[in-house]
Amino acid sequence: MTRYESLEASLGHTPLIGLPKLSPKTQPGKPLVRLWAKLEDRNPTGSIKDRTAMAMIDDAEKTGRLKPGATILEPTSGNTGISLAMVAKVRGYKLICVMPENTSIERTQILEMWGAKIIYSPAAGGSNEAVRVAKELAAENPDWVFLYQYGNPANSLAHYTTTGPEIFEDLPTVTHFVAGLGTTGTLMGAGKYLREKNPNISIIAAEPRYGEVVYGLRNLDAGFVPELYDASIITRRFSVGAEDSVRRVKELLEVEGIFAGISTGAILHAALGVAKESVDAGVGADIAFIVCDAGWKYLSTGIYGKDGDSEVLDSQLWA
Amino acid sequence: MSAPIIEVRIPTILRPYTNSEKVVSAEATNLAELISSLDSKFTGLGERLLENGELRRFINIYINDEDVRFMGSLAATLKAGDSVTILPAVAGGC
Repeated sequence: MTRYESLEASLGHTPLIGLPKLSPKTQPGKPLVRLWAKLEDRNPTGSIKDRTAMAMIDDAEKTGRLKPGATILEPTSGNTGISLAMVAKVRGYKLICVMPENTSIERTQILEMWGAKIIYSPAAGGSNEAVRVAKELAAENPDWVFLYQYGNPANSLAHYTTTGPEIFEDLPTVTHFVAGLGTTGTLMGAGKYLREKNPNISIIAAEPRYGEVVYGLRNLDAGFVPELYDASIITRRFSVGAEDSVRRVKELLEVEGIFAGISTGAILHAALGVAKESVDAGVGADIAFIVCDAGWKYLSTGIYGKDGDSEVLDSQLWA
Repeated sequence: MSAPIIEVRIPTILRPYTNSEKVVSAEATNLAELISSLDSKFTGLGERLLENGELRRFINIYINDEDVRFMGSLAATLKAGDSVTILPAVAGGC
């Protein structure tokens, strides 16, 4: 069924796409090692964050925190804000996003298009600063509804009830699940569901490694671990820099024709790493990974061009 | 046989301890030895990385880009050619 009553109703049920050319070759007689891309750009506003945003708003409405005409406040590096902005527009809420100043211009343009107000936080410290500023604003404005994706259980629950089951339904033989680590909602929710279905599954986290400015905290106590994070759900965790991420995004485009955002490059890099280990060990694998969004929002960085270089991302919050 | 020499990348926030050096090296066969070896060269660095004998909550350490907390933490083994990166924990998007 591909008819829906509204845009919101079309959330989820994104396709899981095989990557026959990018999946590594195995020796004759050895089991296959296959990569599968879950195209989350096929959600209503074009990213996986539509699941998070809609779940958090639904939950806040149900519990009575969110009343008609209310103002929502959220720290975001872009996608969650964009998702919230669309839902807020449709349902009649106001939205204030706290976003680091070093994000791509398209994110600002899209947020403003849906009527969100943006408060910029300093580049140094990245999303840590956005979280800090948003928490201060939430304390100063108790009438605003602070959904707070980093600590809101509705975020991971959305992935436990939708992303995880969708992957398992499409690929019951899944051996590895690879996703980005930001709020940790995707990995916590989908990871928990998939581990319940297959206790032997590997849950792999790929976290972006930014340029130095983003790690420019005032002191170590300004570090940040999302409240949702539970390390016991994860099997392994990789840190992937801009250079490898851009190389993989281009490879995905060149080899399989998939036009993905930069954070997907980091995830694919980790997925290809575990794929190679499976090939070397001579064991079969079905590796599902998340394509968080498409590349449209990052065109202004110039990284997709023939001469596009990852160096432009040094001071940017690219995932 | 002596322990391998391991290259360690130091984040800006900890460079006051390493005379502003971005990359330092020390001999070690596992992470605990590496931190102790670094601390003997750069006094006070160990205390910034460890608390009550465990990695500090807001410190992440990677061996060849993999998080040591999933490789045995302080017992994670090191071999010649391994590269270690220390970073403060920051929030991300996806």
